[in-house]
Amino acid sequence: MNKFWIVMAHTYWSRFKTKAFLITTALVLVFIVGLANIQSIIELFSGDEEQDRIAVIDDTANVFESLSQQIVSTEANVELSNYQGSIEEAKDSVLEEEYQGVLHITSSEKNLLEATYFSNQVDSTQIGTQLQNTLQQIKVMMATNNAGIDETIIQEIYSPLEFETAMIENPNGTDQVGKTEEELNNARGLVYVILFLLYFAVITYGNMIAMDIANEKSSRVMEILISSSSPVSQMFAKIIGIALLGLTQYVLFIGVGYLVISLKKDEMVGGVFDYFGISNIEASTFIYAIVFFLLGYLLYATLSAMLGSLVSRIEDVQQLMMPVIFLIMIAFFFAMFGLNMPDSTMVTVTSHIPFFTPMLMFLRVGMLDVPFWEVGISILTMIVTIIILAIIGARVYRGGVLMYGRATSLKDFKQALQLSKKE
Amino acid sequence: MTLKLDNVTKRFGGFTAVDELSIEIPDREIFGFLGSNGAGKTTTFRLILGLLDETEGLITWDGKKIDYSQSNYIGYLPEERGLYPKLKVKDQLIYLGRLRGMSKNDVIAELKVWLDRFKVPDYLDKKIEELSKGNQQKIQFISAVIHKPKLLILDEPFSGLDPINVEMLKKAVIELKNQGTSIVFSSHQMEHVEELCEHLCIMQRGKPIVHGALKEIKRSFGKKNLFVHADFDLEYLKDIQGVVNYKAFPDGCRLQIESESISQNVFTALQDKGFVRRFELEEPSLNDIFIEKAGESYE
Repeated sequence: MNKFWIVMAHTYWSRFKTKAFLITTALVLVFIVGLANIQSIIELFSGDEEQDRIAVIDDTANVFESLSQQIVSTEANVELSNYQGSIEEAKDSVLEEEYQGVLHITSSEKNLLEATYFSNQVDSTQIGTQLQNTLQQIKVMMATNNAGIDETIIQEIYSPLEFETAMIENPNGTDQVGKTEEELNNARGLVYVILFLLYFAVITYGNMIAMDIANEKSSRVMEILISSSSPVSQMFAKIIGIALLGLTQYVLFIGVGYLVISLKKDEMVGGVFDYFGISNIEASTFIYAIVFFLLGYLLYATLSAMLGSLVSRIEDVQQLMMPVIFLIMIAFFFAMFGLNMPDSTMVTVTSHIPFFTPMLMFLRVGMLDVPFWEVGISILTMIVTIIILAIIGARVYRGGVLMYGRATSLKDFKQALQLSKKE
Repeated sequence: MTLKLDNVTKRFGGFTAVDELSIEIPDREIFGFLGSNGAGKTTTFRLILGLLDETEGLITWDGKKIDYSQSNYIGYLPEERGLYPKLKVKDQLIYLGRLRGMSKNDVIAELKVWLDRFKVPDYLDKKIEELSKGNQQKIQFISAVIHKPKLLILDEPFSGLDPINVEMLKKAVIELKNQGTSIVFSSHQMEHVEELCEHLCIMQRGKPIVHGALKEIKRSFGKKNLFVHADFDLEYLKDIQGVVNYKAFPDGCRLQIESESISQNVFTALQDKGFVRRFELEEPSLNDIFIEKAGESYE
């Protein structure tokens, strides 16, 4: 047991002290702080943007006032000024860049509004559209006024429809659908984040484990190591050592993220928090997140360690890790699909396949009310799978570390098992 | 603390790597373990260390089966050298030493003594990849002995070293033996084995073909070497009955004879032929024995 700790501590520190680890961790932290301050950063660049000045020549003489009122109420970055002069003069001042453009308002024979917008800039379509919409409203107002319809009626006509989706609560609470749309949206954010974290954790740390083992094999230090302490305890010491490394990294990320976000909370109300819905999630979802995260890591880490023990050259690691990466990718894609339809049969079925469980079962518990026994069974299946993998992995590892040469096929897998056997 | 291999067999599928090997390695001695390439030496070492399980038979040390509870008393220098290339000598040895049950401070103290002894005290903070191959080997040797093992397995410890370093390591090995370490030692350099070992075993295809005390082996081999240096042509000597091998040198020849008594026949045959400068009967070298015994099956 003592040697287990020595190997674990060695795995942890030797990885921790590498430049690559320190630099990536620092970079991600900078990125997190940057992301939290994105509002301020954007404002820094756009704060002193000039207002667009537009000259308005109003031939009807009574539209300008309501137009400038409307524009101010839309909070558009446009300043209108009533231009006294001919169109040609106004166009000249646009060329001299005194104005952004010229709006010429006339009325037609039927006493309807018409307008032309002159500009020398290509990107002025946005302003043009804005002016057009505002004028359209004024036109409708004028026309309905002329027809003698009350203004409040017009507002009622144009006010948007109130539409809400609600779920029917099942009294005995065992049905899968039971969360409101709002809750579902909240959960979706968290599930999304956890899925991503798990995906990255498996790929990065799984790779690290396989690399570490391949490294010890290719440098041939392995033979000394396994004569000092049992290969099986070494394998698990490595898995746990890298897990602690990952935890360190993630605790740092989440800790710093939480800190900067809570410092910026006032600015960000209604922003990121609402999208990810972290503010009002049940505690059980968090617990499930941690449980499935750890189980998922252990499952894939054991698989990686087993495969890592088969290769003898670092270049072969990537090739042998492919199946693992494919597995987690497939799980990830299923989960992405499931985010939008968590109660589909496909999600239900795949959530019981051990390699997909950490993502898909978590997705279900996060977004639906899955009965506890079902989650329990899937957790149990995962634990059993991990134990089986660990037993096979330990045997493959024991034989695999003594094998040298190109190892890329199932044959090597068999050979490794054979080496660890008596016969 | 004898190491005993009792009828040990190891099969890999259909291939038999070690075949009913029974040897006893006496306490506080250097035991030579010889064999041509692929004879099963490394497999035997791995069996002794418990890295592989024997298919049949039993390996005991001090009456007990070797497992990881004894690994603190065992030292191993594998044939394939390997250390972490990116780690400093100090960190490397601390890790390996702690895995053999030493404390960090003990490792550093011992390591300094060993580095001084091998005349490389400034390597403490160097990375392994910066060292030359021979110096890496010294560090590797230190890693095998730093915890003062009671049983030490050295697989080709002197390969790739210059004569000065070979002498230095040889001295260290002898000193370890005198301090009470039992050493199993494999080498292709017969002169090293002759110099260090009292008992030895020659393996051939997993089987011990020669096994016993060095003196006994030499005596029972029977054949002797006879050196004759003379001014006249010696080729006719090979027709004498009992001469099994004749090798000419510029100023004489070496005869391999079936037994000591044949030398007298040769002596008589030389009489009145001319001036004989050297006539010397010699014990066979281990090299001769090895080539004859291990080479037989090739023919």
